[in-house]
Amino acid sequence: MTEVKASMAGSVWKVVAAQGDSITSGQDLVILESMKMEIPIPAEADGTVKELKVNEGDFVNEGDVIAIIE
Amino acid sequence: MFQKILIANRGEIAARIIRTCKKMNIATVAVYSEADQYAPFVKQADESYLIGKPRVNESYLNIDNILEAAEKSGAEAIHPGYGLLSENAEFARRCREAGLTFIGPSEEVMAKMGDKVAARQAMKEAGVPIVPGTDQSVSDVEEAKAYANEFGYPIMLKAAAGGGGIGMQAVNNDTELEKAFEGNSKRAETFFGDGTMFLEKQILRPRHIEIQVLADGHGNTIHLFERECSIQRRHQKVVEEAPSPFLSEKTRNEMGDTAIQAVKALRYKNAGTIEFLVDKDENFYFLEMNTRLQVEHPVTEEITGIDLVEQQLRVANGETLSFEQGDIQREGHAIEVRIYAEDPVRFFPSPGQLTKFKVPEGDGIRHELAVAEDSKVTPFYDPMIAKLIAYGNDRNEAIDRLKGALENYQVEGIKTNIPMLKDVIAHEKFKEGATETSFVEEYYLPLVTEK
Repeated sequence: MTEVKASMAGSVWKVVAAQGDSITSGQDLVILESMKMEIPIPAEADGTVKELKVNEGDFVNEGDVIAIIE
Repeated sequence: MFQKILIANRGEIAARIIRTCKKMNIATVAVYSEADQYAPFVKQADESYLIGKPRVNESYLNIDNILEAAEKSGAEAIHPGYGLLSENAEFARRCREAGLTFIGPSEEVMAKMGDKVAARQAMKEAGVPIVPGTDQSVSDVEEAKAYANEFGYPIMLKAAAGGGGIGMQAVNNDTELEKAFEGNSKRAETFFGDGTMFLEKQILRPRHIEIQVLADGHGNTIHLFERECSIQRRHQKVVEEAPSPFLSEKTRNEMGDTAIQAVKALRYKNAGTIEFLVDKDENFYFLEMNTRLQVEHPVTEEITGIDLVEQQLRVANGETLSFEQGDIQREGHAIEVRIYAEDPVRFFPSPGQLTKFKVPEGDGIRHELAVAEDSKVTPFYDPMIAKLIAYGNDRNEAIDRLKGALENYQVEGIKTNIPMLKDVIAHEKFKEGATETSFVEEYYLPLVTEK
């Protein structure tokens, strides 16, 4: 099980993966937006999206868990 | 002169404009979003109006709300600052229709210079050197490939409506071009509502050097020398200085004359900036024109002693310039650094609550501040929280003063790029004046990945 964490504080602009999706390392899960910059947050491991902890429009801080990959 | 103006902007530039207005006894009206309720500029203005929610399209880009505040306040003119609506021809037209003076050039010139393809065409006609490239937009990837092979790789792929590096990519061969074309066109369509692309030959080892111009619409057009703005990250400037440590006097004069030629051909009025790419042999090519005040305008003010905001207000008020080209002298050297709320290595934004903010005073030190001690830096806007400008009798003195000020600059609670700025200005290559646009990738990033 791996936790995918936010690399910066910002709001969740788009959620591009869904719970239950099977994904590969490097594939984007969500796109964060902060200060006119969009940062995609990729999965760091292959697996299945067990849980997505955020919704579009949510605010996250750096280090917050965005998703859990199993 | 105007009795009262509205500032359709935020942060340090709103504060900067208010300062000149106070000096000139002009009352100021600030507009602000919910996120900026406690921002210093809101308090500094004589009056302030809430214009909407934090997101820019609900506040600072909401023309109806801004014009409503202007009407309520009785302001006669609107200063757009930079960014936001400052280069929006529709906003200028709406101001005019509402009986307000837009402090900037005509909407026709803004529209022309805002369209990169039209701007290149206009500059070519005015006899200004442009980078070899397509004068017309390219319709598909096959046409793009044909042009790319005619000019020779590397090629810069650009969105006609683009800005801030969005929709822009360097490609080295047909395969890379094929990969990049559709994606960038789509991004430009999403961001700017216009997916039109064009191609330019990439200038190798370029510097970004721009000329400040001022025209009064009564036939007087002058330039205020250059600013060298080559040190950038994510296609945004970080360090700017005047004069350029690179240009020869001959090229400096040629660039100034060329900028005046361009501005006259456009029948431009008010302050503006012609940006050039300059290669290692001092060949210069038109890049774009910014039809507004620039972020880095203070370095020009420091070496010429001219208040550019004051001149903008005077020109907008219909006055003639009170000086000629021959009256403009430059003296000393000024360097500006932009303080960004961001990680100093990855350049990712770092919004948050400031727990300490204290800036150093000293000879030749000037501050332009968007925040105060207890400010919260929100994620809604550009990460720039302040600008620090150091002036010296020569470049070495300016660097020394800047170094001292950065060492005593105290920001806590968020990450800033101050460690990066310290490394950049302490670098041998910076001291030598090797300020090419590749500086950050070439000299700074290897330094921090070593650490």
